[in-house]
Amino acid sequence: MTDSLVTLDNLTVRFDDRPAVDRVNLSVHRGDIITIIGPNGAGKTTLIKALLGLQPVTEGTVQRAPGLVIGYVPQNLQMEGTLPLSVRRFMALSGRNRTECHQALTRTGIEHLANASVHHLSGGEKQRLLLARALARKPDLLVLDEPAQGVDINGQAALYELIRALRDELRCGVIMISHDLHLVMAATDKVICLNQHICCSGFPADISHDPAFIETFGRSVAESVAVYHHHHNHSHNLHGDVVSGQTPTMDSHGDSCDHAHH
Amino acid sequence: MPIIDTLLNDFFWRALIGGLGVALIAGPLGCFVVWRRMAYFGDTLAHSALLGIALSFLISVPLNVGVILTCVVIAVALVVFSRVRALATDTLLGILSHSALAIGLVTLSFMPDVRVDLTGLLFGDLLAMTRDDLLWIYGGAATILVLLVTLWQGLLMSTIHEELARVEGFPVERLRLVLMLMFSLVIAVAMKIVGVLLITALLIIPAASARRLAHTPEHMAGLAIVFGFVAVGGGLALSWHLDTPAGPSVVVTAFLAFLVTYSTTVRTVA
Repeated sequence: MTDSLVTLDNLTVRFDDRPAVDRVNLSVHRGDIITIIGPNGAGKTTLIKALLGLQPVTEGTVQRAPGLVIGYVPQNLQMEGTLPLSVRRFMALSGRNRTECHQALTRTGIEHLANASVHHLSGGEKQRLLLARALARKPDLLVLDEPAQGVDINGQAALYELIRALRDELRCGVIMISHDLHLVMAATDKVICLNQHICCSGFPADISHDPAFIETFGRSVAESVAVYHHHHNHSHNLHGDVVSGQTPTMDSHGDSCDHAHH
Repeated sequence: MPIIDTLLNDFFWRALIGGLGVALIAGPLGCFVVWRRMAYFGDTLAHSALLGIALSFLISVPLNVGVILTCVVIAVALVVFSRVRALATDTLLGILSHSALAIGLVTLSFMPDVRVDLTGLLFGDLLAMTRDDLLWIYGGAATILVLLVTLWQGLLMSTIHEELARVEGFPVERLRLVLMLMFSLVIAVAMKIVGVLLITALLIIPAASARRLAHTPEHMAGLAIVFGFVAVGGGLALSWHLDTPAGPSVVVTAFLAFLVTYSTTVRTVA
C-alpha cells in the first residue's frame, strides 16, 4: 500500500558474541501498530535502539525512509533534580512553536500542567509528557519503549487507546514494546514475539494459539491472554512454583521456530 | 583610555577584573557540571592541569597552551575509557585524577632549574595576575560564551535526555567534545584564580547556590554568574582586609553564599 517507513533487514546485534537481536526482518508502514513482546532479555529494547540508530548494528541493515521524522518515547524520563525545567520549557526544546506544543499537551491531556516542574510529575504524567513531545514533532513514525510503565491499569488502557487515536490522526506508523499482554492484544494490529529472533508474529487473535507463543509465555498465559495481566517472564524462573515448567529456556523453542539453536 | 590603564596597573584591580571574567564562564559551565554530575570529572581535569604545567616546562610551550592540551587529552581518554566499561567511572576518575597530579609533581621535581610556585599552582595566585593573564581570561571567556549561546539548545537537550536528543538529530557526541574543550579552557584560565585543587569549587558552588532560586536553566546559569561575582568580590575583599590567601578566600566566600542561600530560602524546586 505505501512504502515502508523503516525496514530492518536481517538485523543482528551481538554483545560479546552473544546475539541480543538475531536476524530480524521487519518493516513498519504508515498506519501500522506493531507491538513487540517477549521475556526480559529478549532484545526488545536493543531492537528498538537499533531501529532508532542509537545502537550500532553487527550485521544486517536498518533502512529509514528519507526525511523520516521519528517521535521517540523513551522508557522513562529520569532527570537530574538539579536542572530546573518546566513542562512548557521541555516542550519548547523540541524546536516546535508554542501553538504546536500547546496542541500536543492538550491532545495528551496534560495542558493544565504546562507550568509545572517536570520533577513533580507522576509516572503517568511523565509518560504523557514524553508522548506529547514526540507528538509535537508531527512524526511519521512513533516509537515507544514500554509507554505504560508506571501507569495504573486504567491509565494503561486509556494510554493505548490514545496511541491508537493518534495513529489515525497523524497517519503515522507505530512500533512499541510492551509487557502488558492483554492490553496489547486489544490495542494492536500486529504482535511480534521476540526472543532474540522473531519467534512468531501475526494478528493478536492468532498469535495466542501459536505454539511458539505458548512456548515462550506458557500455556496458562496464552489461554488467558484476555484476562491475565502478565508480569515479567523471568519471575517465573526465579519463583518457579507458580507456573513451573512452563518457562522455556533459550534452546527449547516451539516447532515453528526455524532458527539455528545456540 | 587612561582610566583603564591606571586600573590595569594596580594588582588589586587586575585581580578583580580577572576573577570576574572567570566567574562569567564558570557560572554556566558549572551548571553543566552539576546537571551532568561531572564534579569528579572536573576535579580530574583540574588535577591534570598540574601535569600540563610540568609538560609545558619540559617542552617549552606557554603554560596555558600546555594545560589546555593536557586537559583535552585526559578528557578524550576519559571518554574512550568509560566506553570500554572495564572499570566504574568513579574508579577510573580516581585513578586518572590522582595519577595526573602525582606525575605532575614528580615531573616538576625533576626540573630543579625551573622555579615554580607550587602553592600558587595548587591554590591560586590571584594577586599575581598579569595583563597577559587578563588577555587569556577574556579571550577564553568570549570564546566560551559564543559557543554556549550558539549550542545552548543542543547542550541542554543532550543533558536532559541523551538518546532523545540523538533521535531528534542533535550531534550529541560532538557537543560532548565541545563541552570537554570548554571545561579544559576554563580550567586553564581559572587555575590562576583558585589553583588546581579548588577549581571545581568555583564551578559547582555558585551553580549549586543558584539552583535554589532558579526556575529555568538559563535563570540558573545567570544566577550562578552572580554568585561567582559575589565569591570573587568577597574573596578579594577578605584577602585585602584580613591578609588571607586570595584563592581559598574566594572559595570560602562562595561557600558562605551557598550556606546563606540554602538557609534562607524555602525549599521550592522548580
